[in-house]
Amino acid sequence: MNDLFLVYKNLTRKKMRLFLTSFAIFIAFLIFGAVSALKGSLDSGIEMSADNRLVVVHKTNFTVSLPYAYVNKVKSIEGVKDVTHANWFGGYYQEPASQIVAMAVEPQTYFDVYNELVIAPEEKQRWLKNQTGMLIGKRMAKVYGWKIGDRVPISSNIFSHKQGGHTWEFVVDGIFDAEEVQTDTGYMIFHYKYFKETQSFGGSNVGWLVLTTDSSSINEKVAKAIDMEFANSQAETETSTEKAFNKAFLEQLGNIGLIIFSVVFMAFFTILIVVGNTMVLAVRERTNEIAVLKTLGFKSIRIFKMILMESLLLAFIGGLIGLAVSYLVIQGVSEQLARFLPNMVLSQSIIIQALVYMLVLGFVTGIVPAMSALRLNIISGFNRG
Amino acid sequence: MNQNVIFQLNNVSKQFVKGKESLSIFDGLDLSIQKGDFVAIMGPSGSGKTTLLNLLGGVDQPTSGEIHFDNERIDELSENQLAKWRANNVGFIFQFYNLMPMLNAARNVELPLLLTNLSSAQRQQSVKTALELVGLTDRAKHMPGELSGGQLQRVAIARAVVSDPKLLLCDEPTGDLDRQTADEILEMLQLLNREFEKTIVMVTHDPAAAKYANRTLHLDKGQFVEKELVT
Repeated sequence: MNDLFLVYKNLTRKKMRLFLTSFAIFIAFLIFGAVSALKGSLDSGIEMSADNRLVVVHKTNFTVSLPYAYVNKVKSIEGVKDVTHANWFGGYYQEPASQIVAMAVEPQTYFDVYNELVIAPEEKQRWLKNQTGMLIGKRMAKVYGWKIGDRVPISSNIFSHKQGGHTWEFVVDGIFDAEEVQTDTGYMIFHYKYFKETQSFGGSNVGWLVLTTDSSSINEKVAKAIDMEFANSQAETETSTEKAFNKAFLEQLGNIGLIIFSVVFMAFFTILIVVGNTMVLAVRERTNEIAVLKTLGFKSIRIFKMILMESLLLAFIGGLIGLAVSYLVIQGVSEQLARFLPNMVLSQSIIIQALVYMLVLGFVTGIVPAMSALRLNIISGFNRG
Repeated sequence: MNQNVIFQLNNVSKQFVKGKESLSIFDGLDLSIQKGDFVAIMGPSGSGKTTLLNLLGGVDQPTSGEIHFDNERIDELSENQLAKWRANNVGFIFQFYNLMPMLNAARNVELPLLLTNLSSAQRQQSVKTALELVGLTDRAKHMPGELSGGQLQRVAIARAVVSDPKLLLCDEPTGDLDRQTADEILEMLQLLNREFEKTIVMVTHDPAAAKYANRTLHLDKGQFVEKELVT
């Protein structure tokens, strides 16, 4: 027998109370794990954005296209390294509900700007030569089971094909990946020229421009120069860093961060009250026993540590199970949700954060009863007990 | 201090302050207890019997005066020093046993040994010996809820003697027991006093219990009236 055994015996003396309290903590950490992974998924676009990448969109909003001539004009601005452009295709596969991210891009420059993407040279060369070819991301290939050489009909909910209908047929020429696992590869790209020539309306506009600067330190200067260049024109621009652009895009859904913080805060606040109250009651019930231990010669600080250990153990039992279950849930649903929420994983940083929260929860809920035990006078302990 | 004296109280006062009122329990109390003595302390309710026991056991401190135990002044010790002193020198036996409900009899007896440097095997051996002494070897794995009042008090006695303290302090040890069981417990205390030379101080209301002691001190209004009893 040792102190840890005494802690364990005290913790397990009321099994139902232990179960209910652990269950409450379990739920809190299950929610924490799940929503943190959700936030991580939503933020992955922001996190993986390059520091020196800028996005140029129409000042009205990003759904309004820009004249094609802007590409060369932007290229000539001082500090601009590489420029590419893209058009939103509004793609879906087979069913309109089965939407996919599809973009018509400038093939020669796309990989210069998105240099974190990795593709085999022969696949890239094949695609550059094949106007009806498309490249798909590794995650998209996995989700849809497409392989190189497959002919895939992709439809648009915006554009019509010149030959009628809304469907284009593409050949999978290659599959690209990314240097970092967090980088989204759940989309497809195809030739802008093919798009322009086969669509029935839309002219020769581009959706948006993406460029890299010589250095992230001149981002602001370059962005201002671009917007100044097109000021007072029919298509004024708004240039921002890719990070800011992605963040703004995400915030159209609402302040995700605030929503998630509120949910987690409420869950933890409730748990703090519940567990704190339970610990106070549990220790108050044992006032007499604490007085006995002190009488036998147990030092106050030793009893203080045992109670703190008890609350920490409680927090870690519920917390670790909650985290483990959230891991399993995320593993289970990440495949199904991969099309909407890429990279939904219980990352190392979420696990570390959760462990810190368990430590804080255990400490905060245990400190009050532990302090009461520390200060307990033996005689008043016997009188109260 | 005489080498045969284990406890020496000199001019001890104890006052309790409650709100604006101050209540004096003792005022200038003197007491001497010999090594190996078995002392019963009797007196009416509120006479300060338990307060005296608390002072002797180092769970309370006098307002003034000196308490010597084996040539050591315990009234000057800090809370932590007193805790260590109690662990080394005193075994406590309570009226309501005060066992830990979540531990079996053997574990309850082992508790004071957690304050020693004994190995697990040594602790188990000491627990076994203590339970043998009180005749409860076969109840070692029983939980307190599964034991009778007499058995609970035997476990409490085993816990009190397991670390071999010089002094046993008993607060109404038979107050919750029937006559026959009480006599068994008192015989056990007498055995510990006579055979194992434990100094015992016992607070009791029961004159029959006091007869087991070598001497009885009557406490009244903070002063002793000593009567020698035939044992």
